[in-house]
Amino acid sequence: MSFPILTLITFVPLLGAILCLLPWGQWLGWSKAREEDFIRLLAILFSLVPLILAVFLWLAYDKAAGGFQFEEMAAWIPALGVSYHIGVDGLSVPLVFLTTLLTTLGLYYSSHVIKHRVREFFVLFLLLEMGMLGVFVSLDFVLFYVFWEIGLVPMYFLIGIWGHEEDRPQYSAIKFFLYTLVGSVAMLLAILGVYFDTGTFDIVKAIALKPFAANPMLAGLAFWGFFLAFAIKMPVWPFHTWLPDAHTAAPTAGSVILAGVLLKLGAYGLIRINLPVFPTAAKTWAPLMIALGVISIVYGALVCMAQTDLKRLIAYSSVSHMGYVMLGVGAAAFAIGMKRAGALDSAAMALNGAALQMFNHGIITGGLFFLVGVIYERAHTRELNLFGGLSAKVPYYYGLMMVTALASLGLPGLAGFWSEFFVFRGAFDLVRVWAAIGVIGVVITAAYILWRIVQSVFLGQYDPQKIAHWTNPADGNMTHEPMDVLLFEKVTLWPLIFFMILFGVYPTPILDFFNRMTMALMHGL
Amino acid sequence: MTTAETFLYLSPELTLLLVAALVFVLDLVWRRDPDRAHRWLPWVAMGGLAVALIITVALMARNPSAHIATMMVIDPMSLFFVAIAIVGAMLVILSALDYIPARTPYVSEFYALVVVAVLAIAIIVSANDLILIYLGMEFLSITSYILVGFLKRNRGSVEGALKYFLYGAAASAVMLYGMSFLYGATGATDLEAIARVFSGGLTGDLALMGFPAIALLMVGFGFKASLVPFHQWAPDAYEGAPTPVTAFLATASKAAGFAIIARVLLVGLPMFQEKEWVPILMGLSILTMTLGNLVAIQQRDMKRLLAYSSIAQAGYILIGLVAIGRDVAFGGLSGLLVYLFAYLFTNIGAFVVVIAVENATGATDLPAYAGLIRRSPLLASMLLLFLLSLAGIPPTGGFLGKFLVFGAAIRAHFLTLAIIAIINSVIAAFYYLNVVRYMFFVQPPDGGRKAIAVTPAIRVALWVCAAMTLLIGVCAQPFVTWAAHSASLLAAVW
Repeated sequence: MSFPILTLITFVPLLGAILCLLPWGQWLGWSKAREEDFIRLLAILFSLVPLILAVFLWLAYDKAAGGFQFEEMAAWIPALGVSYHIGVDGLSVPLVFLTTLLTTLGLYYSSHVIKHRVREFFVLFLLLEMGMLGVFVSLDFVLFYVFWEIGLVPMYFLIGIWGHEEDRPQYSAIKFFLYTLVGSVAMLLAILGVYFDTGTFDIVKAIALKPFAANPMLAGLAFWGFFLAFAIKMPVWPFHTWLPDAHTAAPTAGSVILAGVLLKLGAYGLIRINLPVFPTAAKTWAPLMIALGVISIVYGALVCMAQTDLKRLIAYSSVSHMGYVMLGVGAAAFAIGMKRAGALDSAAMALNGAALQMFNHGIITGGLFFLVGVIYERAHTRELNLFGGLSAKVPYYYGLMMVTALASLGLPGLAGFWSEFFVFRGAFDLVRVWAAIGVIGVVITAAYILWRIVQSVFLGQYDPQKIAHWTNPADGNMTHEPMDVLLFEKVTLWPLIFFMILFGVYPTPILDFFNRMTMALMHGL
Repeated sequence: MTTAETFLYLSPELTLLLVAALVFVLDLVWRRDPDRAHRWLPWVAMGGLAVALIITVALMARNPSAHIATMMVIDPMSLFFVAIAIVGAMLVILSALDYIPARTPYVSEFYALVVVAVLAIAIIVSANDLILIYLGMEFLSITSYILVGFLKRNRGSVEGALKYFLYGAAASAVMLYGMSFLYGATGATDLEAIARVFSGGLTGDLALMGFPAIALLMVGFGFKASLVPFHQWAPDAYEGAPTPVTAFLATASKAAGFAIIARVLLVGLPMFQEKEWVPILMGLSILTMTLGNLVAIQQRDMKRLLAYSSIAQAGYILIGLVAIGRDVAFGGLSGLLVYLFAYLFTNIGAFVVVIAVENATGATDLPAYAGLIRRSPLLASMLLLFLLSLAGIPPTGGFLGKFLVFGAAIRAHFLTLAIIAIINSVIAAFYYLNVVRYMFFVQPPDGGRKAIAVTPAIRVALWVCAAMTLLIGVCAQPFVTWAAHSASLLAAVW
């Protein structure tokens, strides 16, 4: 048996969480503060292990061969045909990397800003990481479902406990949980339906067997069971209403993970399960998927224009940006079975764009939420109307925000450009009218980013009357002028900025992962 | 069967009888030294139950299918339920060690009565004859009435017992009427003989007998399993009863109700499956889970909330019988057994937390749980685990149970039932998480300075329940095969 790298990546966070739970202070006679410092350090160290392994995975994955690699297979509940089957392909390797990167950054950032109920926070964060990684590596439906649900519980607590009182964290937390649960249980029924048709819970086998091929009605139902779960998680309009509440209420690192990874679970599910397992149903419902994607793009962007709360604005921008993913997946589904030359290549291109958008959105919106956290720690408000003229006061912050915001609006040379480009390049060939409507969203995105974020926060005249007291996040003291970015905040953001620029200038390394996978997927259908 | 064999197969019941008698006698012997009695009698009862459990497990290994006259059948399924009842009673006694002596001077009788109740359950789940079924049900009911009203100076306890008694008396009468239909139609009380008469052809009056007989029988059985609309006793009895008794009623006693429903319908009345009992059970299942969950949302008392939750759970469990089939894993019956087994530990665990909080604060309403994580991280984390299991979130035993019964529903093409069930599990998550909200999000009333002490006995009970709840979910294989095996012989008869 080879080195179980995926098992390690998935379960090292669990080990870390268990170690964080132990009463170290009691055993070693430490003070509470010292114990909390130790727990912070322990959690970060244990999140570094999967990160390092994920980097190794990135380098060791054989892109030329493609397909599922590093597979592990063991019996789990043979009486039910459930197995512990994990593996990664070109779609999941970058997402595993994204998850481990954002978790480490989130833990590092939180170790400076989370001051109360420290132990619980770090334990839950590590459990959350396990749940997310488990979803990306699972190749068994039941395993997939188990990890899918495991991730739900820690996030519920992160929102509910560390949310700010004025954002109604308890309401947002339960809303997040119930919305996702509705989707999950529908998926559970669909999983059972697939099992009774194909006799297996194995995702790879189900892809080969194409369940309900002879029964479009049942195939449609099963497709919708999965689709509902993934559409709520992504989320696309009209299932998105949990998102602004949850994002706004969550603590900074929670929002980063929520936007950076949890939304990707939904998009990942669409590409991993809905497209290859139910190609016929996907083809049937492709127009609807495209329409939902385009509505999300335009509607999300328009709602952003109306926001006065910076965090809520970025939350809604996620609805808009995940709409590109839905558009890409929908366009690819639309191309299934098309005989026209080039149709499948366009489909693969749209799907590449969708997959790339998942990664880029994770990096960019993760960065944006960190940046919101940075300003909130100083101003204790996120009201756009109270800011203004900050570029002169916090130039470093201004620079970081400009790069990230411009990456978010899709400026060429930054990562966000390529994913939007590929989605529209693919979709324009397949569904011209819808793609054209979707492009409107890009324009509105530029408008809200430049007008709402850049202009109202950084440009204009700084008015000391608007926010009289600023906090110095290093020691908690009051100041009259905002402090610029501190070292720990820089360290948190540099890696994200690095990837925005790297994949903006040279996206080939990551595109290679997706391209092989999407070509194989589209030509296999 | 030889006399020796008869005694062998009856040895769990005989052990239970001896233990109960021993506890009563020792209480008399030690009457001048009540401290000694109070200290040792629970352990006499525990020891006796442990012996009975070992015997039961040893009998399981023999894989019997033994008839004792035509009255009783000792088969893997009856032994499964005997084991559930014994384990449940042991956990209940552990959790009652501090609870009962603090509230009443009559301590020894409590332990003896719990053992007697297990004996009654052992008789019910092995009964193969309408007469014995009736006697067993009455035996369990009367024992339960006493246990519910055990705190006789407490108004709630007495009120609960009286309600339980009045409903129970009416339900038994109706059930007996249903039994008279079957006897009138077939001239037999033995389940297998009844099945033989009916399988001769459902002509004329015989065919007409099925529906009313089953409907009337279900009143009595549904009363024990607390199915809607025969559940009205449950919230008041659960709330008023000493909390360890509530835990027993909600698990072991309820399991007995399901055991008898399964045996009577599968062994005695299989030919009425399609047109009679599947529609009846499906209606009861939908009513039970929907009403249980909707009413649970409004509860502000933990015991009442768990009462309605356990009503709702009964609705899910019933799906296993509606969707019964020959599939090994997703055959319904094995799912029902796994569900009940996981539910035993989960629900008793939840009640043990309620007992610990009640011991410390004297309160059972939801605000008593505010900020529990500060006052007792152990209790709060444990209750979180049990509530997640009740809500069916993996990787817990509660998830495995739901997975199996929902799977059975899909396999048997009861899609509507499955969809109603999943909608219900979302509703249920709402009120379970409301408790979690109190425990983790709401500030404790006194700032969390007063920690809640947890006694060793409660600690042991909690850890056992938590370990089993997780184990069933994570290492599901042995439990699934055990349940499938226990269900298989009954399924073969049918």
